[in-house]
Amino acid sequence: MNLLMLKYILPLVLFSVLAVFLALGLNLNPSEIPSPLIGKPAPVFSAPKLQTTARDGGSVAIGREPMRPTEEKLSPADLKGQVWLFNVWASWCASCRSEHPILNQLARQKTAIIVGLNYKDEPEAALGWLAQLGNPYDVSIMDQDGRIGIDWGVYGVPETFVIDKQGVVRYKHTGPVTTDDVQRVFLPLIATLQAEN
Amino acid sequence: MKYLLIILLLVLSGSAYAAGVSPQFANPEQQEAYETLTSELRCLVCQNQTIADSNAELAADLRRQVYEMLQQGKSKQDIAQFMTDRYGDFVLYNPPFKLKTGVLWLGPVAFLLIGLVIVFLFVRRKKAEATMPAHAEHGNENAEKLAKIRSLLEKGDPS
Repeated sequence: MNLLMLKYILPLVLFSVLAVFLALGLNLNPSEIPSPLIGKPAPVFSAPKLQTTARDGGSVAIGREPMRPTEEKLSPADLKGQVWLFNVWASWCASCRSEHPILNQLARQKTAIIVGLNYKDEPEAALGWLAQLGNPYDVSIMDQDGRIGIDWGVYGVPETFVIDKQGVVRYKHTGPVTTDDVQRVFLPLIATLQAEN
Repeated sequence: MKYLLIILLLVLSGSAYAAGVSPQFANPEQQEAYETLTSELRCLVCQNQTIADSNAELAADLRRQVYEMLQQGKSKQDIAQFMTDRYGDFVLYNPPFKLKTGVLWLGPVAFLLIGLVIVFLFVRRKKAEATMPAHAEHGNENAEKLAKIRSLLEKGDPS
């Protein structure tokens, strides 16, 4: 009798296990690859800045000095002691457009410095984009040949890293940041990191 | 027939899509290292293609990276390490054996063993049933029948 029951129950159990695994698999995002950089020092770069204008929180002042590429450079060492976001973007990237207003909003809250990595882009197109959609970045640096991108393990624009005061990468978000992500992940994390020494 | 021919030609033309022409190295060993590396590194944009196969910009950048590192005299291990430091084990089509990838490597073997055990048990049971049909399923019923047959054999068929 026991054996007979097993005969009917076992396939059911096997099916349930399989169903659970498949359900989990369906909800995984295969394009989200965990970054090996978490907990490691931010990869070093020294790259030219896209422009030098101060943060204007997304409100583009018309008639202001036009932004243009400069020879000034930035490296992570310059940001030591500060919590910063590193956002990879490009004017050719469609999902960056959906992310942009959210970054503008985040920038207005002034919780952390936002550094942009203008990835494989033309400076003119990038500056035009910022002029049109607002500039959430304290500073953007240029990576025209994608080498900084490789060092940061960038494979899908947009990507956003959070770096702590010690210059250690603490979090990576692949794909456009949503309002929900900002509320649920970024703001709490930034608050924690700001409280650290 | 015409369609078949077209399909055949399309199937055969697959290799013509290989992205770009691989750069030439003075040293055949480096050439070989380049071919192996680019066919063992995953393009993370189009995850089912190697960087040798992919036309994605990232793949081109990574091929360039491999090329430059080989020119600098870096070994295959150095370059594979460089890539995993940045993109994680997922970038390797041949992931290393460690705790995290253990299930990946041992899973198929485990399932094969489970399958073999089940087949073995099944075959053994079938064999047992074949040799001892009396006790296999309807124990009592068969025992009764057997006893009846025995008694018939001993006494002889009355009819």
